[in-house]
Amino acid sequence: MAKKTAYMGMLTALAFVLSYLESLIPINLGVPGIKLGLANLVVIIALYTMDTKMAFTLSLVRILLTGFTFGNLSTMIYSLAGGMLSLGIMIFVKRFPVFSVTGVSVLGGVFHNVGQIAAAALIAETGSLFYYLPVLIFSGTIAGTLIGILASILIRHLTKTENREQSN
Amino acid sequence: MERMEKSAVPADLNVMKKNDLRLIAALVILAAAAFGGVMLYARLSTKEPEAVVYLEGEEKGRYPLSENITIEIRQENGNCNILQIKDGKADMIEASCPDKVCVRQHPVSRQGESLVCLPNQAVVEIQNGQEAEIDTSTN
Repeated sequence: MAKKTAYMGMLTALAFVLSYLESLIPINLGVPGIKLGLANLVVIIALYTMDTKMAFTLSLVRILLTGFTFGNLSTMIYSLAGGMLSLGIMIFVKRFPVFSVTGVSVLGGVFHNVGQIAAAALIAETGSLFYYLPVLIFSGTIAGTLIGILASILIRHLTKTENREQSN
Repeated sequence: MERMEKSAVPADLNVMKKNDLRLIAALVILAAAAFGGVMLYARLSTKEPEAVVYLEGEEKGRYPLSENITIEIRQENGNCNILQIKDGKADMIEASCPDKVCVRQHPVSRQGESLVCLPNQAVVEIQNGQEAEIDTSTN
């Protein structure tokens, strides 16, 4: 139990720091919403090395922490919509043995952008934002692939370490 | 390994499966097709584009992109955005909000494109206005 708590704390801190790091290097391609999603790396690791509930808690705590520290209410609603839809889709897809970590991460990345656009369209009461959807599906796919490859390598190492510790 | 037992299906730890690649390819094709569709739609329209300003979903004004003009979108609560129309493009050059996402956005000119300032709930959308007189020769 204590080990689980420590692990959870470490992942939360890591997600928090990665969110901050990402806010320092804004990628400006003229379309709002394009980003790498480094924090999603930690959420995926939690999803695969712990359980659904832990991944959900981690994602929620991360969004609230970064929202209150670096953002404002509107950016928080944004990331909440993106983060929750993304996690929901990843949890759902992970249940079926169709995709590996990379595929799950790609869908997470794409639906993060879909969730954000939907939230922004509701807040600003305009459908015109869906104009950016093609670009954001593309950027979400690329970012999700990179994060997914990284996550699957990390997860493999993490589970290996855990197995070794338990056999000792 | 109490943690791993919770998922019904054992986690698949391959870096890349065939299905992953299929998914990525499908999404890239989908995005490209949707992008092409949007571009084609914008190109086919012969109407003269207008920048339409919305505040909280309500239309506040229409400005043709053919005229250079700077518009101050001031709201009762003090929030303010400055929209500049220059050389057929609309650009948000200033905003009173802290994140300035709309200011960093590139200028827009094509039908359907928009500039959005969420904190101020201000949206500038490019829409088709009057049928352009000059463009009819291209049909």
